[in-house]
Amino acid sequence: MEVVHLLPEITWVGVMIKAILILAIISALAGFGTFIERKVLAFMQRRLGPMHVGPYGLLQIAADGIKLFTKEDIIPQNANKLIFMIAPLITAATAFIALGAVPVFPDFTVPSWIPIIGDTFVPSIASDLNVGVLFVLGMMASGLYGPLLAGMSQANKWGIIGAARTAVQFLSYEVITALSILAPVMLIGSLSFVDINNYQSEGIGSWMIWQQPVAFVLFLIAGFAETNRTPFDLLEHEAEVVSGYATEYSGMRWGMFFIGEYANMITISVIASVLFLGGYDAEGAFGWLFIMLKIAFFFFFMLWVRASWPHIRPDQLMWFCWKVLMPIAIINILITSLVILL
Amino acid sequence: MFENFIASLMTVEGFAFYLFSILTIGLFLVTVLSKNILYAMTSLAAGMILISGFFFILGADFLGVIQIIVYVGAIMALYAFAMMFFDATRNIKENNTNAPLVFILGGLSALMLVMMFAAPIHSDAIVALYPMTEGVGNVQDVGMVLFTKYLIPFEVAALMLLVAMISGIILAGKKMDNSLTEDTSADDEILITKDEK
Repeated sequence: MEVVHLLPEITWVGVMIKAILILAIISALAGFGTFIERKVLAFMQRRLGPMHVGPYGLLQIAADGIKLFTKEDIIPQNANKLIFMIAPLITAATAFIALGAVPVFPDFTVPSWIPIIGDTFVPSIASDLNVGVLFVLGMMASGLYGPLLAGMSQANKWGIIGAARTAVQFLSYEVITALSILAPVMLIGSLSFVDINNYQSEGIGSWMIWQQPVAFVLFLIAGFAETNRTPFDLLEHEAEVVSGYATEYSGMRWGMFFIGEYANMITISVIASVLFLGGYDAEGAFGWLFIMLKIAFFFFFMLWVRASWPHIRPDQLMWFCWKVLMPIAIINILITSLVILL
Repeated sequence: MFENFIASLMTVEGFAFYLFSILTIGLFLVTVLSKNILYAMTSLAAGMILISGFFFILGADFLGVIQIIVYVGAIMALYAFAMMFFDATRNIKENNTNAPLVFILGGLSALMLVMMFAAPIHSDAIVALYPMTEGVGNVQDVGMVLFTKYLIPFEVAALMLLVAMISGIILAGKKMDNSLTEDTSADDEILITKDEK
């Protein structure tokens, strides 16, 4: 591929190491995310949350992990076994593949005092595609096959309802995500995350959010729907459909759906930070710290919203998508293109 | 000839090409031969993703990503939505009523396949009508061809999609302004049919 020839520093060893690092760090972060989520929700509801296992309840993650790994892996009798077993893998895999194409740090060179890998140049993304934004969107779009196939294969009516809701919700909100990203991409003129980041490198004033506030809000709303977060978590809304697509799952296969969901939350946070909040500062020494803070803020924001807002009904979800968000997104694109033309 | 094959297998592109080819053909065979809706659907979607691999090998990143978004993200998901009306865990019974038609169509497809495989014999006759422009990316290249040479087909396609969308809305959206959950007239209907039984 031509990108590989442009950057001779990218070796297959480097790409492998990064892939393994992404897998390891994000899986661990997803586990930690559940802990943070319980704590934040607890504080917002004036409770303490998990407190008993370890200092401040921190070892709750380990306890949960042991529980997930040792639970019996039940496959229902009339289910389509192969598809039932593959479905959680699709959710987790697509979430991690999407993370392979988003930038998290600026490019850096490993200091020379570190043995073996000293002086190695490390580019910011595991695979810097020219069309990175589209690739990440496409991968997250194909993530809908996880819940969909899970619901259809398990011979359970709640599962089928969950799968139907998956198809409707993800397909509708993909449109909003794509249309909301289109306006900033038109201004920048590139689909590469590195170009998008560099476009906003002149401090807070050059952040995309000031030029495209409408697109930013639309993207966040659609991001909540695509990661199945609370105002829009109709796929497994326990008060209506037991657990939706995940009704029959247990143990690690159930856990994989949620690792995928948390990885997608991180991906949406990274895209929102890079696309609208300036991303990392390529020249500054603390670019990596600032982007971490931005990502953490968006992650916290998702938990905050979960604590503050109730679920909405499926028909309200569809009405909101097609009759409110989509017209706003298209008007936003029209105005943006008029401004670019004139 | 065989040494060429081994040599091409040793390069990254060659290996990826043969890997993707075998996987794609295998998955599409499952799609055609399987009697189970879920297997057919899953393998078709997976095959569509693997086809994008060929675009990536050729350096056409944009087309590869569009392949994933359009075929896997949109079209296959709509198929899947239609499949919800069937019991996906059971096998389907195929009834093939017109054997001669199947024979003719199968024969024509086979003929076309042979012609496609034989085409590279005259590879020197194949010239790119719109070669890649140096120094611009994939997206810009596709856009330039689309908005100069293929402008009218592009606009006609857009118009057809608009017509399809409006007719879809008119067909489906008779009671769109009424919320189905708040609609009580349906309750009466259900109650009446229940009483009649």
